Amino acid sequence: MNTVVTPGLFSQLDASVSKKTPYLMGAFSVFVLVAFGFLGKTETVAFQWTKEDDAINLPDFLVASNLVGLVLGTVLVAITVVSFVLAQRKRVTPLWLTLIFGLLAVVALLAWLAAGNTLPFAFILGNAVVLAVPLALGAMGGIMSERVGVVNIAIEGQLLTGAFLAAVVGSLTDNLYLGLIVAMIGAALLSMVLAVFSIQYLVDQIIVGVVLNVLVLGITNFLYAQWLSNDGQNSNFPGTFPIIPIPGLSAIPVIGPALFEARITTYLAYVIIPVLWFILFKTRLGLRARSVGEHPLAADTVGINVALTRFWWVTFGGLVAGLGGAALTIGAVGAFGRNMSGGQGFIALAVVILGRWHPFSAAAAALLFGFSIVLRVWANQVSPGIPTDFITIVPYVVTLIAVVGFVGRVRAPAATGKPYIKG
Amino acid sequence: MSDTTETPVAGRGATVIREIMSGGATRALLSVVAGFIIGAIFMVFSSEEFLAAAQYFTSRPTDALGAAWTAIAEGYSALFRGSIYNYNADNFEASIRPMTETLRFAGPLIASGLGVALAFRVGLFNIGASGQLLFGALWATWISTRVELPWGLHLVVAVLVAILGAAAYGAIVGFLKARTGAHEVIVTIMLNYIAAGILTFFFRTPELLREVDGGGTPKSDAPAETAQLPLLLGPEFTLHAGFILAIVGVFVYWWLMERSTLGFRFRMVGHNADAARTAGINVERMFVLAMAASGAFVGLAAANQALGVRAGLTPDIDGSIGFDAITVALLGSSTAPGVLLAGLLFGAFKAGAPQMQVIGLAPEITGVVQGFIVLFIAAPPLVRAIFRLPPPQKTTVIADWWHKLTTRGGAK
Repeated sequence: MNTVVTPGLFSQLDASVSKKTPYLMGAFSVFVLVAFGFLGKTETVAFQWTKEDDAINLPDFLVASNLVGLVLGTVLVAITVVSFVLAQRKRVTPLWLTLIFGLLAVVALLAWLAAGNTLPFAFILGNAVVLAVPLALGAMGGIMSERVGVVNIAIEGQLLTGAFLAAVVGSLTDNLYLGLIVAMIGAALLSMVLAVFSIQYLVDQIIVGVVLNVLVLGITNFLYAQWLSNDGQNSNFPGTFPIIPIPGLSAIPVIGPALFEARITTYLAYVIIPVLWFILFKTRLGLRARSVGEHPLAADTVGINVALTRFWWVTFGGLVAGLGGAALTIGAVGAFGRNMSGGQGFIALAVVILGRWHPFSAAAAALLFGFSIVLRVWANQVSPGIPTDFITIVPYVVTLIAVVGFVGRVRAPAATGKPYIKG
Repeated sequence: MSDTTETPVAGRGATVIREIMSGGATRALLSVVAGFIIGAIFMVFSSEEFLAAAQYFTSRPTDALGAAWTAIAEGYSALFRGSIYNYNADNFEASIRPMTETLRFAGPLIASGLGVALAFRVGLFNIGASGQLLFGALWATWISTRVELPWGLHLVVAVLVAILGAAAYGAIVGFLKARTGAHEVIVTIMLNYIAAGILTFFFRTPELLREVDGGGTPKSDAPAETAQLPLLLGPEFTLHAGFILAIVGVFVYWWLMERSTLGFRFRMVGHNADAARTAGINVERMFVLAMAASGAFVGLAAANQALGVRAGLTPDIDGSIGFDAITVALLGSSTAPGVLLAGLLFGAFKAGAPQMQVIGLAPEITGVVQGFIVLFIAAPPLVRAIFRLPPPQKTTVIADWWHKLTTRGGAK
């Protein structure tokens, strides 16, 4: 058996509470306070909470840009102090506090960017959600696969498969729901290849994943160039799902239109994320899956079929990732484009880690990446002088920092990446 | 398996054949064959003549089969014309130009393939070739467009800077892995995006590397003439000295991995890191050195991309080289000759694109072939099952023979 086994994919830090988080927070707080506060711009920012056609219209909130920086910077300093105190008492800074910290820092950045301009809050949030859906669903697929111990680098290929099949089948049959289902099945089949190769043939999981990405990219590129670009009207013109406002919820100011006036793909994500959390952490099924991912030998000993558990979780993970792919085409822009996923599968992989293999945190991380994409586009429009390329790389740097281990403990399921040989 | 307990009757000849059939080279070759066969299937089903003839397949099957054959023959002969020898060309230069194009495209693929291969041998998975290439190209471009040096020296400095830049970017990965245990796959993916952002920023900002009178799009100046890799076959051909760099890289790689102490340590860590540590090797330091060396080879590709052009650079200079490098290393099974051949094959795929375009076949077909080849390479059991190859052999007849041949009759 000459199998190359890649060592555990993710960093594993010792359990002691380090002060890295508060230190990092401190650095960020001081930066916000100084750069956006003391040295900030004095022009006013108009926080535009609602769009004109919303049910409830809130008036714009006008405030000086540097005042926002000062106030939020102070709050950030306060959170840093709390974090320090917690670390002193050997307690980890809770995730929600870190999230609030990040959110406030982003708002301060927005206010600085939009000095002398309007800040269309609802617009940014709404677009961030749409962009986050494929990432979040891809990440859910990744979580399902990695929780049972199979590294899924092939998320990129699954997204691409889903995007392609959804657009093509949706166009040819004129039925978007059929396109959605075929996209999910196609991506699940791709996942099965990953599962069989890594579980049955014990091929290195990362290599299989990369190879599948190359394969799907090759096939979709060819079919797109040979077929879709010539016959686009018939085969690549699916349209998109209608936008369905949820009565009542969509009338909530600010977040209502952003979250509850969406397409079915987004709503499916709202359902899948909590359901996955529930299954993983509250049911026997999830416990078994996690035990397979953490300690396959122990799971095997108590009678769980490790290979079969891994196979089905990886396959169903593909189903979810395929939905994410469909969200790229028929859930957002319609037609399929060459290399449509464009690396989003790798971002989803980052989202899995940043979200610490937890559905809710991963969804939040996906939203962060969604934000950063919108921000890049929007910042380019309001203040062209800003080096938007640096805004682009911020999420990647954050992920890198998280992986390297400065933000709390990032710990993968222990058996991730290791094949299990029943002996 | 019963194969290993063979009867003496089968004799030495059969053992040799079985050894050859179960070996990596046979598997690689058959994977390539299988990839081409599947590519042919794709060609057939994208041929309109075939699809039309297939409508009445039952009444006149020869039509459909003929159309299928035509599609395959036209497709692959276009690939041949575009990448090796154009027998339709008017003059000699035009007919051999495809071969030089293949070499030109193969240069960066071979170099970056060597980088990924080196990491493979140390048990590391470097999917950051793209980022390392961009980072090396960034500094090489700085030297080639913003620094004035005499003829000759300029090029040497620019190439060295490309290698150093890429090596430094690779070393970051090794350092982070050694210090924090962060897995190199995630780190390299993130660093790829970060390098792309940094490069775009440099190419967009007027004071840095942007074209002197360029617009808002990120684009650099063309490298100064003193820093361009010289053309090898005169102005008729685009083949430049970057290919020589790649070939030098192949020799250096072979020497480093097969003959040097450092390469021995690298391989030892790759085989079994724990054993290497017990033997007194500083595994963490090997990670950093291996990633730096891996990046250095990618730096040769960066030099190819940044200095082998006559026009300004755009942020997509890495093209798909970063990922192609992985397929090159996989197909070449991380050995110097293997990577060279695999790089030439995939270089030919790239060179063949225009000719395929001419006959109305999407050149992306080579991506399909490439994808299937590496799929078969990545899963040895699959190829063995398809071609009914024997399982890996324990016998060493060929190795013994080679040993005898090279040690002048028998120190063994």
